Amino acid sequence: MTKKATTGAEALIKCLENKDVKFIFGYPGGAAIPIFDALFDSTIDLVLVRHEQGATHIADGYARATNKPGVVLVTSGPGATNTITGIITAQMDSIPLVVLCGQTITSALGKDAFQEADVFGITAPLVKHSYLVKDPNDIPRIVEEAFHIAQTGRPGPVIIDLPKDITSADCTASLKNITMDLPGYTIPEKAPKKDIQKLAELLKASKKPLILAGHGILISGASKEMKTLAEKLGAPVTNTLLGKGAFPENHALALGMLGMHGTAYANKAVSNCDLIFSIGCRWDDRITPAKIERFCPNAKKLHIDIDIAEIGKVLQPDAYAIGDAKAILTELIKMVEPLPTEPWLKELDAYKKKYPLGYKIHGGLKAQHVIDELYNLTKGDAIVTTDVGQHQMWAAQFFKTHAPDTWISSGGAGTMGFGFPAAIGAQMGCPDQTVIAIVGDGGFQMTAFELSTAAIRKLPLKIVVIDNKFLGMVRQWQELFYDQRLSGVDLEGNPDFVKLGEAYGIKGFRIKRPADVRRILEKALAYNDGPCIIHAEVVKEDNVFPMIPAGGSSDDMIIEAPKYKMEKPKGST
Amino acid sequence: MAIIELIKNRPHIHTISLLVANKPGVLLRISLIFSRRGFNIESLVVSPTLDGRYSRMTITAHGEPSVLEQIIKQASKLIDVVHASEHKDSREVVEKELALIKVHAKAEKRAELLQVIQHFKSITIDLGPEELIIQVTGSTEKLDAMVAFLQDYGIIELVRTGKVVMGRGKMTT
Repeated sequence: MTKKATTGAEALIKCLENKDVKFIFGYPGGAAIPIFDALFDSTIDLVLVRHEQGATHIADGYARATNKPGVVLVTSGPGATNTITGIITAQMDSIPLVVLCGQTITSALGKDAFQEADVFGITAPLVKHSYLVKDPNDIPRIVEEAFHIAQTGRPGPVIIDLPKDITSADCTASLKNITMDLPGYTIPEKAPKKDIQKLAELLKASKKPLILAGHGILISGASKEMKTLAEKLGAPVTNTLLGKGAFPENHALALGMLGMHGTAYANKAVSNCDLIFSIGCRWDDRITPAKIERFCPNAKKLHIDIDIAEIGKVLQPDAYAIGDAKAILTELIKMVEPLPTEPWLKELDAYKKKYPLGYKIHGGLKAQHVIDELYNLTKGDAIVTTDVGQHQMWAAQFFKTHAPDTWISSGGAGTMGFGFPAAIGAQMGCPDQTVIAIVGDGGFQMTAFELSTAAIRKLPLKIVVIDNKFLGMVRQWQELFYDQRLSGVDLEGNPDFVKLGEAYGIKGFRIKRPADVRRILEKALAYNDGPCIIHAEVVKEDNVFPMIPAGGSSDDMIIEAPKYKMEKPKGST
Repeated sequence: MAIIELIKNRPHIHTISLLVANKPGVLLRISLIFSRRGFNIESLVVSPTLDGRYSRMTITAHGEPSVLEQIIKQASKLIDVVHASEHKDSREVVEKELALIKVHAKAEKRAELLQVIQHFKSITIDLGPEELIIQVTGSTEKLDAMVAFLQDYGIIELVRTGKVVMGRGKMTT
C-alpha cells in the first residue's frame, strides 16, 4: 500500500502539533470538516465548545494564564462571525490567538455561497494579521508566520481563513525548516542606550515619582525587573486594570489600580507626582482625562512601550524607550540610584489611611464583601477572571493580585460574557491552580452555555455570580448622571443560578446573608470535583467608588456617593 | 481668478510613500487605518517595484499633521508594510502627476485652445471633430491650474493618475 498523500488539513494539524499546541477550542461546520477529520488522529485535545464566541474567550483565558497562544477552530460564515467579539477582545488586550476558520471552496468565494462570509474583510480592522490560504503548499509557512506574529512584539490575534478545497487538496510542502516571508515585520528588541539614559536622568531628578505598571510588563515577563526597579528607586507603583499582577498589589510600595475606579490614593498620587513612568501602559482613556493636558500637568512623563505607535498617541512623553520592557528595565536598573522619596511615601501613606477602600458589611449582602472574603480565604493565591461592569471593578479593588498572569479581565474591549469562558481556558492551562470566575448576572448569561464545556471536563473552577438583578454599571451612571432615569438595566427574571448549574450537573452554593459569606465560600473553595456556581444575591443598588467621571482627571475624583446631581460626562464614554 | 482661489483654498496635502509586500489585502488594511481616523485619501497610486515581491504606494491626503503622524506609525506596524514615511520637503523628492482632460473643441475655439495646450507644455493625444483629449504632466499644482483654466472651454471628462514621488539623488523614496 502506498503512503497516502498529506492533505492541507493534515499538514495544518501536523504543523500545530509541531508548534506544541495542546488544545484546540472549536466548533465544527461543513467548511471545516476536513480539519476536524485531520484532528481525529491528532494528539491535540479538541475542546468542543457550545458557541464560537466561547471558543475565542476560552482560548484567550488560556493564553493569558499560560503565555502561550490560544488556538481556535471554527467553520465558515456564522461560525467565523461568531468569533468577532473574541477577536476584538484579544486584539484590544494584546493577546496571542490563532483563529482557524473553514471557508467555502475557492471557486465559490465571492459568490454568496452557502455559509460564506468575507472573513478576511470583516476581521481586517480587528486582527494583528490575517491570511486567506489559496495554495495548500502555503499552509506550513502561514502557520509558522501566524504563530510568530501572534506571540512576538505586541501580541495579537491572527486569522487563517482556510477554503475547504485547500484543506482537502494535497500538500507536498515540507513541514520542517520552514522559511517565513515577513519582510515588513520587525520587532523592536533593544532600545538605544541613550534613550534609556534619558529615562534614568529624568528619574534622577524626581522626588515624587510614580511608576505606572501596565500589561506590557506581564507580556514581557518583566515583573521581577519591575519589582527590582521600584525597590531600588523607592518609588510607589500603581497599576492599570490589565497590569494587575505586574507588581504585587500587597507590596508596601503598591498603590493598587488607578483610574476611573482606582484607589483614591493611587489617583492622589497621579495628581501630586512630579514624574509618572508608564511601563507597558498605553495611557488609556479609563486612566487619563479627555483633556490630556489636565493629566498630572506638573509631572514629567516617561514611557516604555514595544509598540512605536503608542508613543505620542495619547500624550507626548518627555522621554521614552521603544522595545521589550524586560530588556529595557534590566538596563535601566543599572543606571538608577535610590531617590529621596521618604516624604512622598509618607504623604501617600496618609492618603491610604485617610481614604481606604471600604464597604459596609451590614445592610444586605455586598459584592465587595464576597470578593474581599474570597481574597482573604485564598490569600490571593488564585487566578481570577472577571466579566465587565461593577463586579469587575470591585474585584479589581478588593482581590489584590500578587503574582503575574493571575488576573484575567477584558480591559480594552470591555467584553461582557468574557469572564466565565476565560476561566475555563485558564483552568485548562493551569489545572493545579484555583481558578475563580467573578462574573455579573448580566455578563454570565451572555456565555453561560459553556457550562457544559466546563462540566464535561469536571474543571474545578469556581463561578461566583454577583447577582444584583441589574446591569449595575449602567444603572450607576443613569443614577449619577441621568436623573435616575433607569432605562434598559433591570434584569428581573434572572434564573436561579444554582438551579441553572444543577441542570448541567454542576454543584451550586447560595449566599444571601453577610453572615454566611465566609462559611459558604470555604465550602465552595474546598469543592474540587468539578465546577461550582456560587450564587451571591447581593443588594440591588450599590455603586462603585471612588469614581472619576468619564473624561475627568484624577482631581475630579469622588470618594463616595455625591449628595448633589452630577454633570453628564463630556469628551469620553 | 478661479485658479488663484482654487490654489489658495486648497488644504495642505500630505504625501505619503509606502513600500509594501505585493500581497492581496494590503490596500484594504492601509485604507482602513486612514478611514478609521476620518482621513480622506485624495489620491492613491499602487504599482509593483523593480522587485516584484513589493509594491510602491503613493498616497496623498489632507488632515491634521499629528493624526497623520499616528496614521503613518500605525501603517508601519502592519505586517505587510516594509516602510512608510511622509515626504514633507518637496526639495528632497521629485513629484509628478499625469492627467487626461477631454474638452470641447469646436473649430472656432480650437486655435486658442492649442495655444493653451502649448503653454502648459501638454500634448493633444486624441483629436475629434468637436472635442480633443489633452495629456498634461507635472506637479499637482500645475495640473490644478490647467484644469481651472480649461473650465472656460468646457471640460467633458477628467482623469488624473494621482501623484507619484521619487527621492532625488541618493535620497531613498
